[in-house]
Amino acid sequence: MDTPVITTSGLTKTYRTRGREVTAVDDVDLTVREGEVYGVIGQSGAGKSSLIRCVNLLERPTSGTVTVDGTDLTALAGRGNRAGRELRRARSRIGMVFQHFNLLSTRTVQDNIELPLEILGHSGAARSRKALELLDLVGLADKAKAYPAQLSGGQKQRVGIARALAGDPKVLLSDEATSALDPETTRSILQLLRDLGQQLGLTVLLITHEMDVVKSICDSAALMERGRIIESGTVPELLATPGSQLASALFPVSGESGDPERTVLDVTFLGESTSRPVISQLSRTYNIDISILGAAMDTVAGRQVGRMRIELPGRYEDNVVPIGFLREQGLHVENAADAADAAPSVAEAAPALVKEGAK
Amino acid sequence: MTWSEMQPLLEQASWDTLYMVGWSTVIAVLLGLPLGILLVLTDRGGLLQNSVANKVIGQIVNIARSMPFIILMVALMGFTRWLTGTTIGREAAIVPLAIGAIPFFARLVETSVREVDSGLVEAVQSMGGSTWTVVRKVLVPESLPSMIAGVTTTIVTLIGYSAMAGTVGAGGLGDIAIRYGYQRFESGLMWITVAVLAVVISLIQFAGDFAARGLHRRGGRSGAAPKLRFLRDRTPAATGKTGTEPELTKAS
Repeated sequence: MDTPVITTSGLTKTYRTRGREVTAVDDVDLTVREGEVYGVIGQSGAGKSSLIRCVNLLERPTSGTVTVDGTDLTALAGRGNRAGRELRRARSRIGMVFQHFNLLSTRTVQDNIELPLEILGHSGAARSRKALELLDLVGLADKAKAYPAQLSGGQKQRVGIARALAGDPKVLLSDEATSALDPETTRSILQLLRDLGQQLGLTVLLITHEMDVVKSICDSAALMERGRIIESGTVPELLATPGSQLASALFPVSGESGDPERTVLDVTFLGESTSRPVISQLSRTYNIDISILGAAMDTVAGRQVGRMRIELPGRYEDNVVPIGFLREQGLHVENAADAADAAPSVAEAAPALVKEGAK
Repeated sequence: MTWSEMQPLLEQASWDTLYMVGWSTVIAVLLGLPLGILLVLTDRGGLLQNSVANKVIGQIVNIARSMPFIILMVALMGFTRWLTGTTIGREAAIVPLAIGAIPFFARLVETSVREVDSGLVEAVQSMGGSTWTVVRKVLVPESLPSMIAGVTTTIVTLIGYSAMAGTVGAGGLGDIAIRYGYQRFESGLMWITVAVLAVVISLIQFAGDFAARGLHRRGGRSGAAPKLRFLRDRTPAATGKTGTEPELTKAS
């Protein structure tokens, strides 16, 4: 599980247009472990697309290296824009799913799925057997002879996924695969990706601008801004990181308290701690009144997660003991005032006590 | 001139025209197709980016395209004689006709190929396809309907050119229209020739449109939804559920 399958180090892509230089991907180090679903999220123009295209070298990185499944792809690149035999072989072991499906309109669904197998030089019988098997897997067994124009968006993306899996890849790249779909279809496609990933032991790297995608299928995530990865980690790690922008975006809690004489805490529950009556225990044990300013429960990456913003009487320094109690229960506790301060900056939140004391 | 006199003339002329146009179309397609694809591939951002090759091919095509056919024909006489041993007759006319049509068709191919969604090229590259695979499996099949329309246009243009080929003794419908109709004041024969030409051109255009549309109908674009709706507008029968989309019903 922990073997890295995709590794980029110092990956940089610079475009030169009319004398101006634009750095789309800036010194990105990314590690995707075997079997995980890794989401890179960012706004459009953040460089996500360039990043994922650099992974299978559809874009040539300006500098840095890309290693997929033990092969250094950047070493295979060769000169110019042409892909040599070695690189093409490596690419055939990496599946890719596109935002606009990119199905050939003149081929039937089955022939579209057979295309990667034609490129690999498989025989006709083997191709059609594999294509029908994959169509069955994505739930479109009855559409083999249809043309892409006769399918809905969600069905087209299912074909796109089946096609990406035709060459039995270990790695699947997903370039905004659900961005052109409606929410309902998005859910079913994400579900399919997740199921297939587990069933086939795929390692998935996906890019998206939708937090919901990360929330519903990713094991790990990275936040990209202006070409740089500014936060990354497994989803539980991120949720436990004080001041994590991804965590607060994945799981926003709101609620304001203007009173400086009171302490506002963000408490994150993960896994089984969600079902324990921690807050009432806290209240009874220390005989303090707790107000709940905001709370939410959700499933993130297949795990129950709760977040709660609570208010305790007294300053932060006076509440060290109850906070200690909460941490002992396995909860992640952070000072909401810190989180608010830390969020806009990239820097990690300073130790809470020092900051609070400085005020 | 009576009909019995005209008939063999017209028959021979029609065959001559078809012979010249047919062969020069075949040659133009065989050579213009790779040339047009090369124009796209060698262009900036293309799979075989090569600005020198692109400029050279582009210039040759432009020069050949800008030359009036009758001048091209005269200019090529030396080449024609070297190739066919003569500068008059049907075979001799095929040489300038084909050479005039190659760059013409190459430009049409270039336009058609450029319209292929670059995402499809990217998809095939991501599967490990080579440039040749991209040409064979994506660029040609996806632009085929548009290229067939290009072939139709080329044939119709060549029929026009072939009338001028009559001036080098190549025969053909244009030739008898000028020699008999204009120079011998046989206006009856001239009008019949015009009518035959009109019918031939209409038939070719119809056949070309039919073939292009037939190929297009099963296809349509794979990606963009708005384009798809546009396609559906034109063929409401294909959707089968127009009732759910009120604006569609209105459009059809």
